[in-house]
Amino acid sequence: MKPSIIDQRSQTDVLILETDVLIIGGGVTGAGIMRDLALRGLNSILIDKRDLCAGASGGNHGLLHSGARYVATDPHSAIECRVENSLLKRLAPQCIEETGGLFVAVEGDDAGFAAKFPALCARAGIDCREISPAEARRLEPQLSEKLYKAYLVPDATVDPFRLALENVAHARMLTTSSYRPHTELTDFHMEGDRIIAANCRDGRSKKLLRIQAKQYVNAGGAWAMNIARLAGCTDVNLLYSKGTLLISHDRLTRHVINRLRPPADGDILVPGGTVSVLGTTSVRTDDLDNARPTVAEIDHNLLEGVAMVPALATARYIRAFSRVRPLLQPTDSKDGREATRGFALLDHTNQGLTNFCTITGGKLTTFRLMAEKTSDLVARRLGNSVACKTTQVPLLDGMACRWTEPGAAPRFWYHANNADDMILCECEMVPQSAIDEIVKCAPGAEEEMTLEAIALRSRAGKGPCQGSFCGIRIASYLYDRGYYHDKTGLLHMRDFFNERFKGMRTVIWGRQAAQMELAEALHCGLLGLDNLDND
Amino acid sequence: MNEETREFTSDLAIIGSGIAGFAAAIFAAGRKIDTAQVGNTGAIAYTTGYLDLLGSLEASPAAIDKPWDGLEQLKKSQPAHPLCKIPAADIKEAFSQFTAFLGNCGIGYTALQETNITALTPAGTLKKTLCVPATMASGPKAFADKVPCVIIDFTGLKGFSARQVVANLRDKWPGLSSARITFPEMDRGEIYPEVMARALEVPATRQRLAVLLRQAAGGAKCIGLPALLGMHRPDLVRAELETLTGLQIFEIPTMPPSVPGIRLREMFEQVLPQRGITLIPQQKVLSVLFDTDGALLRLRDNYGPIAIRSRAVILATGRFLSGGLLAHPDGITEALLELPVTQPGCRTDWYRNGYTDRRGHAIHKAGIEVDETFRPLAKDGQVYNDGLFAAGIILAHQDWIRSRSGAGIAIATAYKTVQAVEKLLQTTRQETTGKGDSHA
Repeated sequence: MKPSIIDQRSQTDVLILETDVLIIGGGVTGAGIMRDLALRGLNSILIDKRDLCAGASGGNHGLLHSGARYVATDPHSAIECRVENSLLKRLAPQCIEETGGLFVAVEGDDAGFAAKFPALCARAGIDCREISPAEARRLEPQLSEKLYKAYLVPDATVDPFRLALENVAHARMLTTSSYRPHTELTDFHMEGDRIIAANCRDGRSKKLLRIQAKQYVNAGGAWAMNIARLAGCTDVNLLYSKGTLLISHDRLTRHVINRLRPPADGDILVPGGTVSVLGTTSVRTDDLDNARPTVAEIDHNLLEGVAMVPALATARYIRAFSRVRPLLQPTDSKDGREATRGFALLDHTNQGLTNFCTITGGKLTTFRLMAEKTSDLVARRLGNSVACKTTQVPLLDGMACRWTEPGAAPRFWYHANNADDMILCECEMVPQSAIDEIVKCAPGAEEEMTLEAIALRSRAGKGPCQGSFCGIRIASYLYDRGYYHDKTGLLHMRDFFNERFKGMRTVIWGRQAAQMELAEALHCGLLGLDNLDND
Repeated sequence: MNEETREFTSDLAIIGSGIAGFAAAIFAAGRKIDTAQVGNTGAIAYTTGYLDLLGSLEASPAAIDKPWDGLEQLKKSQPAHPLCKIPAADIKEAFSQFTAFLGNCGIGYTALQETNITALTPAGTLKKTLCVPATMASGPKAFADKVPCVIIDFTGLKGFSARQVVANLRDKWPGLSSARITFPEMDRGEIYPEVMARALEVPATRQRLAVLLRQAAGGAKCIGLPALLGMHRPDLVRAELETLTGLQIFEIPTMPPSVPGIRLREMFEQVLPQRGITLIPQQKVLSVLFDTDGALLRLRDNYGPIAIRSRAVILATGRFLSGGLLAHPDGITEALLELPVTQPGCRTDWYRNGYTDRRGHAIHKAGIEVDETFRPLAKDGQVYNDGLFAAGIILAHQDWIRSRSGAGIAIATAYKTVQAVEKLLQTTRQETTGKGDSHA
């Protein structure tokens, strides 16, 4: 960027914001840091170029690891998971379902690995109890008859969207901290060993803003290397691994089902509310922004998953998705799976900077620990001596975040018993009042609300119709409420359907093909959303 | 329990109860062909009531104003398209007969024209279509003439927002405004178009609604409403509301399943048996077997198994939504006879990356192949059976969604198949008569 433009920006048309800490990246780690700092009395601004959990935080199984999965390959991570698992179950129960997990070996799986598994778990302090194959199949009737070994572990599931939303909401309640979605970092203004300001652009309004903080935290996940380079730091080295998962229409098991073998493709089936999530494949990628599932990845996941749960072969799938995970430390491994799942906090002092740090790697389960370590460094640098409180203070059960929980919306709606509060998303029972509440409470509500932003903050569009009907109803309601007042609303509607379609494209067969035909007849044949640009 | 099979015999069996199936039944009744109609009520409840012929050409951004010219262009760009196998005169005759029949049964339609109608949608967008129900006809006209107009919606009716229609049309229609009223005796909770439509069959409801409409209209002379003006006599309901209010009134389609679709389904189910059709709706045909005398269809309803013997069969089972075609992870099949399906090489090629891509998706061109008289081809490329015909969107080489041609394909191919069936039956009869003579 030319200097003259920067000069111009420091003039009047640039919004200038000041804060203690700027956190770049709205994944669970960034949101966790925001809350951790707030509990120490520190103000922050959290920005994301898209929205909360747009990266790997939102694109995973939603598995709260017991640690058992890593006992053989990464005992250190296994122990971290075990500790965080029990902390989060205690402090954020509203985001967690204690499903329990099963590790199962089927005919053909390495009996040697199965035999040493309990000892490996014991070494990491993880509860692990062997049950008979008959007992396992009694607990989970969908398990394969070819099962020969089964262990129970304390796996659970977690709603990452709610986790991020509640962390942000708690921080905003405690301090003047704020969250700004669709805010992309363009460059840093640096002087000597310090960053003076971060120049950003609002992706929707295109407005420029300049955020002046005392400390800068890079929590960019897979994008952390790119962000670090903007500050001239070359010490963040990441590998990218693309993972593809698919979501079934029905919940197939009560427990998390893991294949009892070293981590490989298609070996975890995680329940989530009324659905199940099967994954994952793992391939190296360099393309951070365009990860899409392929038919081959879907078919491969299915082939592997069917060995554990045969019903996966005939299940109805409503969606598939891919996200890019950041992995630290390159190895010779081809697929990236053996690269460490641990996290790294880089203080960048060896890069000549004193107020910038990067936190990356890790996993959903250890997000709190990552936030703690980062906030320790930031607080120390700011001369704040308050100790971390996130191991003791429970996460608030905020009302604005309740709509992300599968099955929650029908419960609230039924409880409220207000016949005038009409259901807009009929698959997931999301009523008008939920949309009102989201528009009112969600960060960024002052800007025009996209349907994607509403979907992120609720279960709207997550059911079998994947938003093809509720997208129309919600748009219609937003017009009604005056939030939409011109063709922009139609463009939002079209963009929402295009976005949802990305996840459907590879799993359209059986009843989904019928669903898709109806949706397209409606969206394109009747409403002409395929022709908006030529209208 | 020993169930007794009920047996029927007919000259023609139509499998499918969508637009194509019902159109075929109407044409067959018109030709006095002894007909049975069976099969799931397809997607007819999802129709808006608009009858499209050709609204756009593949990959071309411009909507088509002159569909008959458009068909000539289509012959050049997509000669394999089912509509390209049918002379324009036949398509016109098919539409005329079909809409005349509907009109006689209380659901009037606009007359066939040389140009497409620019019709309204619930999103406030515009759509090119050939014929619209009489209840919707003055909407496009008011839009064309920019008549001051109020779009009215109802408290508790979701998915139809007058403000949305107005927000998206106001640039093109300056005199347009919106109003919301409460439907008589439905002032609490969610209300449904179907229930409202049935309520408007009652004169007292119409009188009360008329008062509210007159108040909401203000100075405007014209009002648009979501499609709910009666279920069985919509033309009468609208005419009476116009008389009571002194205003011009039109309907705008709502989200499916919508009143105009339910109207058509209920009317067909009521009227066709009166015209001599053996109608067994809502039941899926389990098997079809051909022998030298024709076909044997097996199905069952709540009273037990049914067998239908028929000389000729029209397969009008639709695509994935209606169950005519099945999509599996490894390919697309035809559900009833395992007819070969022309389709993309693999699942990766079914859909483009962009959902609303103007060029459409390859999966929509999948379908069954037919000869020039719409007889499906078997795996060896030969006609599957002399007595089997296929109509509607199960046919390959058309994307009815992108080209806005669903009703056109259904009605025109139904017409052609019935024509072919009549010819087949005449030939068979002559042969039978001939044989009889020689024995005499």
